[in-house]
Amino acid sequence: MENRTDKNSYTILFAIAMVVIVGAVLAFTASSLSPKISENQRIEKQQNILYAMGVNQNDESSAVFVSTKEAQELFDKYITKQLVIKNGQASEDEEAYLIDLKKDKAAAAGDASKRNLPLFIGEKDGTTFHIIPIYGKGLWDAIWGYVSLDDNMVIQGAYFDHKGETPGLGANIKQRYFMDDFIGEHLLDANGNFKGVEVAKGNADPTNEDKTDNAVDAIAGATITGDGVTAMIKSDLKLYKPYFDNLKNN
Amino acid sequence: MGLLSKKDTKLITDPLADNNPITIQVLGICSALAITAELKASIVMSISVMFVLGLGNVVISLMRNIIPSKIRIIVQLTVVAALVIIVDQVLKAFAYELSKTLSVFVGLIITNCIIMGRFEAFALANGPWKSFLDGIGNSLGYGVILIIVGFFRELLGSGTLLGFPVLGDPIAKTGLYAFGYENNGFMLLSPMALIVVGIIIWVQRTRNKALVEDH
Repeated sequence: MENRTDKNSYTILFAIAMVVIVGAVLAFTASSLSPKISENQRIEKQQNILYAMGVNQNDESSAVFVSTKEAQELFDKYITKQLVIKNGQASEDEEAYLIDLKKDKAAAAGDASKRNLPLFIGEKDGTTFHIIPIYGKGLWDAIWGYVSLDDNMVIQGAYFDHKGETPGLGANIKQRYFMDDFIGEHLLDANGNFKGVEVAKGNADPTNEDKTDNAVDAIAGATITGDGVTAMIKSDLKLYKPYFDNLKNN
Repeated sequence: MGLLSKKDTKLITDPLADNNPITIQVLGICSALAITAELKASIVMSISVMFVLGLGNVVISLMRNIIPSKIRIIVQLTVVAALVIIVDQVLKAFAYELSKTLSVFVGLIITNCIIMGRFEAFALANGPWKSFLDGIGNSLGYGVILIIVGFFRELLGSGTLLGFPVLGDPIAKTGLYAFGYENNGFMLLSPMALIVVGIIIWVQRTRNKALVEDH
């Protein structure tokens, strides 16, 4: 006996109904939650930027942001200027921290002069921090970070995050022991040329005593993620070199 | 047992040992390899799968009489994917920190073969309550293996458990490391998960000969 549910017409109707219902439910969920989600993401960006300039609630070994409630207030307090650098010209923009690096990178299509490069100036206890967002790819998906530099392009703080790196391996780029290694590292070589910081395997300096070797120790089992970090530091921070050159000449 | 009949209890306890989804049914191996490098990820994954499998089994079981058999796999996939996406969105809106921890697992949950396997093998033929118990039982069985594998991989690979150093400091050479012990970096890579699962299967089948297949 043929079952009612085996008929082609029933199958097609069922498929259509299912698509409509599931589609509607998902669309409703997504659109009703999206303001709240983008607000969360906005606060997270502020927390990340503050983290990179050392405004955080780190305990001995783990990375802890300032609370979401305080984020806006502290952001207004510590971030004195937000700049967008376009083709060498820096202009102030209160919403520079909302620039989507991924979209901006895609829109510029490899032409550095078309990039809108965000730069945040932070002041804390008389020290100036130049905080720069960076974006690249790891093993599975996107990785990104915020690096704060002094006038000589020496790293003062770094925060990295990722979308879907392997837990226990690549995902450890957001662990303190990895991020803290970058503090004090020079981006320029001895001659003042841009070199970046390499996440190096077989590093002769695993405890990172030498801050001018342009290298930090890599995470075992996370070679591709580490290479991704190296690449995004090199490609994205290099674009800011002219800005820092200017800073010195003035 | 007032709440659960003997049969119901079996639905929960069977998958823990003699009908374990990983070691006996050999389902869900892919995620067992991918995320067991640390114990915490194993626990998070187990809880996530328990939630999705429990709920998904109920939904599929409720729909079992109206699902056209020709497209049942697609229907099942749609149900899991929709459930996972909704949960992910809700977490992103109301528990942002937690959602960031889970984001890696979302894709892995949808493609976990245990979920499709249980829909096919159980939920399509049984009522919602039984299906729910079956879902919980199987995800517990999955979780037990994940946690055992995660425990050994994190302990032997990184010398930590849940992120806390338990064997001493490998760089300062304290604790066990003072005696020349070294972390086994190979434990952090997926092949070792397969070997650990293999050892569990070996131990299990040695203890219970009935599980050994005849040739």
